[in-house]
Amino acid sequence: MAVITAPARTELRESPGPSPLPVFEHRLTQYRRVWRSSVFSSFLLPVMFLLGMGVSLGAYVDRSSALGVPYLDYIAPGLVAATALQVAMGESTWSIMSAFSWIRIYHAMRASPLRPNDIVGGELLFVAMRVATSAAGFLIVLAVFGVLHSWWSVALLPVSVLIGLAVSAPTLAFAATIRSDNMFAILFRFAVIPMSLFAGVFFPVEAMPLVARWLAYASPLWHGVELSRAATLGGSPAASPLLHVGYLAVWVVVGYLLACWRYERKLTD
Amino acid sequence: MVTALALPRLLANNRGALSRIAAVTRRDLTAVRHSGYWLVVLSGFFEPVLYLLAIGIGVGRLVEGFRLSDGTVVSYATFVAPAMLAASAMNGALSEATYNFFAKMKWAKLYDAMVATPLRPFEIAVGELGWALMRGSMYSVAFLGIMVVLDLTTAGWAVLAFFASLLVGFAFGAVGMAMSTVMRSWQDFDYLNAVQFGMFLFSATFVPIESYPAVVRVVVEVLPLYHGVEVVRALTLGRPEWATLGHVAYLVAISLLAIAIAARRLNAVLCK
Repeated sequence: MAVITAPARTELRESPGPSPLPVFEHRLTQYRRVWRSSVFSSFLLPVMFLLGMGVSLGAYVDRSSALGVPYLDYIAPGLVAATALQVAMGESTWSIMSAFSWIRIYHAMRASPLRPNDIVGGELLFVAMRVATSAAGFLIVLAVFGVLHSWWSVALLPVSVLIGLAVSAPTLAFAATIRSDNMFAILFRFAVIPMSLFAGVFFPVEAMPLVARWLAYASPLWHGVELSRAATLGGSPAASPLLHVGYLAVWVVVGYLLACWRYERKLTD
Repeated sequence: MVTALALPRLLANNRGALSRIAAVTRRDLTAVRHSGYWLVVLSGFFEPVLYLLAIGIGVGRLVEGFRLSDGTVVSYATFVAPAMLAASAMNGALSEATYNFFAKMKWAKLYDAMVATPLRPFEIAVGELGWALMRGSMYSVAFLGIMVVLDLTTAGWAVLAFFASLLVGFAFGAVGMAMSTVMRSWQDFDYLNAVQFGMFLFSATFVPIESYPAVVRVVVEVLPLYHGVEVVRALTLGRPEWATLGHVAYLVAISLLAIAIAARRLNAVLCK
């Protein structure tokens, strides 16, 4: 016979107050089931890019290079930054819409002591974790390829996390605002892919016309690429490193505030 | 044009098959108007153009004069543009024939509804391919137009290259559809993505096939995108060879094989 017991009072009193950690834990539990398939997008894909572009096309570029460094060394740090963008976007789009509208786990979370900003914080923690682990894996590959020329290369980890948060936070706000998931396809086509292609990952932005160049300067990825490249080549970025970091930090903070506001709106009846 | 390719098998004893196929394609055309989907369809045109500008011209500036295997020197953009066209024909056809097709089959149960009408699985397959090709051909026309404007090919060769890109789209549409019928879940698509992306990078797209190591070369030559790239490139460069016919034959063979498999599998899945 089933015996129903009331939850012990002590248990209730000791339950933790609202914090982003339970949301983070939820994402981690979910991730345990699907991490294998994410290995492709966050690890195998950039390595293939490294071989296909850096090594095979690099052989042609290096015959007459105006870059001053081998092409492989040039694009490797750029690819780390672009991967951070890619991974962060992957975790802040369809899965967020799913949590709002399809499986509606956010509604369940909202019925608990969690506040909207705890949910946003938990999502960002998870993005940071995903970006950091994929960057760490990529870093090992780059070490094998012998393209890390400075101990500053370790800075790729925090820089990648910064890029990830800078693009993820405003995207969370976007995901909480749109009605159709078709808008994500639009976001990728008009923001993410152009950024990956034109923000200095594959060729210097100085080669582009003025308007395109300023668009690249405005993009968070370009600042991340500059920092990453300076780190692996042991040089200095286009502007003062503090300026690049500061610009990315602005994206994180403004994006976070926007996301909290949109989450609050969407999760309040 | 789809119907033209599928005709021989159909005409024998399938009266009305053409109009039934057209009904499937027409449904897709109606669905385009739904909730911003048209914007997604329209924006698909930008991706190959962006790749052309970034890799062909941006990176191309770093490559001085690109020497082909027969010794002629062309600009890097001229070399890489046809590969982008073939790859976009592949991507466009595969996204319709895999994700969208799978969603309609497994989630929307659209085909369960269709087989309750006089439509037969083979006609559904061909009708869906018709839409995938229409979508792909819009992108191809626009892309070839840009190539002509940028002086990467001539208008005459562009027309021939258009038909080549249709063939590439048809082949990948058929292959994708056949694969969708054996997929179990979304996770299986990750493997397909891996192969698709590998083909995009290594099908003599960015460098001539001669520059790959021998082992890689053998693998590349087995995969369909390489043949698509070679056909489109031979045409946009204005120098088809006998070998080009061989590549065409490969693509035709794989299309027919794949569509036969897709129809048979659809039969098994839908008409239990």
